[in-house]
Amino acid sequence: MSTAAHPSTGFLALELDGDGGHPAAWRKARHAPAELLDGTRVRATVLAAESAGFHVATFADGSLTPASSEPGGRDIPGRLNALQRAAFAGPVTGSIVLVPEVDTVYTEPFHISTQLASLDYVSGGRAGWLVAASDQAADAAAVGRSFVPADGLGREAADSIEVGHRLWDSWEDDAVIRDVATGRYIDADKLHYVDFESVAGYSVKGPSIIPRPLQGQLPVLAPAGLLSADQLSAGAADAVLVSAPTPELLAGEIAEARAAAPAAAIIAELDVVLDARGQSAAGRLAELDAHTPWRSSRARFVGTAAELTGLLASVLETADGVRLHPAVLDVDLEELAQLVLPALRRQGVLAPRQPGSTFRDLLGLPRPASRYAAVSAPSVTDN
Amino acid sequence: MTDTHIGNGFVPSGKLQLGIFFQGVNSGTVWKSPESGSQTDFESFRRIAQTAERGLFAAFFLGEGLRLREHLGRPHALDVVGRPDAQTMLAALASVTTRIGLVATQNTTYNDPADLAHRLSSLDLLSGGRAAWNVVTTDNAWTGANFRRGGYLDHADRYVHAEAFVTTAKRIWDSWEDGAIAETPAAPAWAAPGSARPVHHQGKHYTVDYVPRLPRSAQYRPVLFQAGDSPEGRDFAARQADVIFSAHPRLGDALDFRRDIVERTVRAGRGANDVKIMPASEFILAATPQEALEKKDWVRSLQIGPEQAIAYLEQFWGRELQGFDPDGPLPDIDPVVEETSETRGSGFHGAKAKQLADQWRAEAKDKGLSIRQFVSARTSRGDSSFTGSYTEVADRLAEYARTGAVDGFNISPWLIPTGLDDIVNHLVPALQERGVYPTEYAGATLRENLGLATPVRQDADTVRLQLTVGEQLL
Repeated sequence: MSTAAHPSTGFLALELDGDGGHPAAWRKARHAPAELLDGTRVRATVLAAESAGFHVATFADGSLTPASSEPGGRDIPGRLNALQRAAFAGPVTGSIVLVPEVDTVYTEPFHISTQLASLDYVSGGRAGWLVAASDQAADAAAVGRSFVPADGLGREAADSIEVGHRLWDSWEDDAVIRDVATGRYIDADKLHYVDFESVAGYSVKGPSIIPRPLQGQLPVLAPAGLLSADQLSAGAADAVLVSAPTPELLAGEIAEARAAAPAAAIIAELDVVLDARGQSAAGRLAELDAHTPWRSSRARFVGTAAELTGLLASVLETADGVRLHPAVLDVDLEELAQLVLPALRRQGVLAPRQPGSTFRDLLGLPRPASRYAAVSAPSVTDN
Repeated sequence: MTDTHIGNGFVPSGKLQLGIFFQGVNSGTVWKSPESGSQTDFESFRRIAQTAERGLFAAFFLGEGLRLREHLGRPHALDVVGRPDAQTMLAALASVTTRIGLVATQNTTYNDPADLAHRLSSLDLLSGGRAAWNVVTTDNAWTGANFRRGGYLDHADRYVHAEAFVTTAKRIWDSWEDGAIAETPAAPAWAAPGSARPVHHQGKHYTVDYVPRLPRSAQYRPVLFQAGDSPEGRDFAARQADVIFSAHPRLGDALDFRRDIVERTVRAGRGANDVKIMPASEFILAATPQEALEKKDWVRSLQIGPEQAIAYLEQFWGRELQGFDPDGPLPDIDPVVEETSETRGSGFHGAKAKQLADQWRAEAKDKGLSIRQFVSARTSRGDSSFTGSYTEVADRLAEYARTGAVDGFNISPWLIPTGLDDIVNHLVPALQERGVYPTEYAGATLRENLGLATPVRQDADTVRLQLTVGEQLL
């Protein structure tokens, strides 16, 4: 991709889960606790992210924070389905990219591919897929399946992505012909069985039940380390999310991820606590941590808006994007919107945002042709 | 005169509700008309859902696709095909509508109860209590070829399986105590400890061990629709459903169906009015009766063209019939009988193919019908179609409301996305003038708008009593 080799501008993603990344964030939110789990809140946060100038909104799913899932946990134990939150946001937003996290281990790949393709339709081509692979026994028990140990997760994720890729291609772009003269709504030669066989022992026949997504293929994001070098070089992911223990160590991790996946966009992960409401960031964090400590595997920035602006500008010199996890959405997002993003825009660090453009456009990816269209005379009758 | 007495304490509401069924894969949508728009673009869905809401419709329905329909071993090319995922689309529609119910058809066989219950809860909360689930069952390996589980379910087990599934879903929805969530950020915890009860289910077909993640919605839990018509399906609905999406729109049949459902519902220990009935239907309306009849001919000619007529017979014959003249007699060659699969259409029943072909040939010969005329008559939807002027049809519908034969109709528009305009602009006001249609939404939730009572929480003990053979509670 073009931005990978010589980055000049980058993009910013914002994680919108709960009331923020900090488990005790709900104590500082500007709404009653129960109002977290409704459409009004989803609409308000995604619109705030869009108007602040974020390029991408992500929606966490899967296992909740350890603090809340412990018996008698103090923090938020509930979460709306990520893909539906993204779909709900689709029609009310105009430029922000919507990326739900979706598990690949205990879900049906056929359903996921259809749901994500549908998200692309309801958002006008602004959808992506943040691939997750659950390592929780509770997720296996919920659907009554055998637990997949850590060494099998990459395979499960890669298989699910491959099913998605094939199903999204299974309708060629011009499969719907609506030809009144012959009475044919579709050209059956342009629909393809995908005949996927997994190592784990399941198969998916296809074709998809929905025409090819608007983007052709939705961009796939995966955390670094989930997919093998082979899977990455085969194009399993379009972007890799990189974590480091501290902001200082991010540059090294970014370089390493870039070497492992030269074709993928690299997105750095960053927790953020800013000075706000006359309180220092460190003071705010201490207050929140007194309720529940914030454990996270991501680098954390705690400081002023000006310092964060400097850090982001520097990270974006090597990374294609940064995903921010604000401690408290209602507080930190306001600071980001008023101070940080305008400063980055003034410096010309951020990619322009255009209504009507797709996630692939943002990543500098062309719209690919269907793999089945490229083969000569492929036809469902051959299968 | 039709016997309109229903009995068992049933009281007609005197009102009708309307729902819209946006058909995904079908032969009823007139895609050949120049006015016909996209079947997949969001704008089609938005336009029709917002028109329905302007007309105070109770519900917007979407079907579910799990495998593309085939015709002679290939994707069927002649009819509308390709549709978005029901719940994803409804979640998007939830943000651009405020009152209309959002009904997702979802299969019990190729979904997991914990996952499906969670997604339906999400839709219910996102929409402010407007979600519903139209429960359907499948049992064939052909559909299963797209899923990890494959074809694991015997036909005989499908309702046993479905009922265990629905019961488990209800327990998931019942698992959070009311008022569990803190009122202020100063509370010791976001939710009171123990407010979410784990749900365990161990059965013949699957196990669930799950801590539910969501509280109840403004309407308590998603409304349940059910569409099965077999005796097992009717009993299942009488025990579990809030609304039946029936196939009996003609007044006499509808009254018989109502009597039967009321009896089964009372036998299941529920009230005579507890299960609403909304048959599938199609409306072809115009200013005058004559115009409506002309419109009907036009619609039918687009629904069943020469290619559709031949393809319809091919599904039953199991072989190509392209050499036959659509305007000539039925094929004199016999059907292929050994192949029996869903790829030949739902009407096909293996060994009976030859018998059916003989019967049809005799019938067509007697009546002097060509292939096209015969297929058109067979698929005319005479049963579910209301054709006439706005006032004529409004008068007919008022009779349904008076007798309580149905609680409303699920309309399948034959044109997307403008197919409800006539109904909303002309039929709805005519029904309102007759006092049989709401003049405003009764409330904010689907349950309120359908006039359904708040469900009683199902605790573990009550569930144990309701479980049918083949599944047990841990």
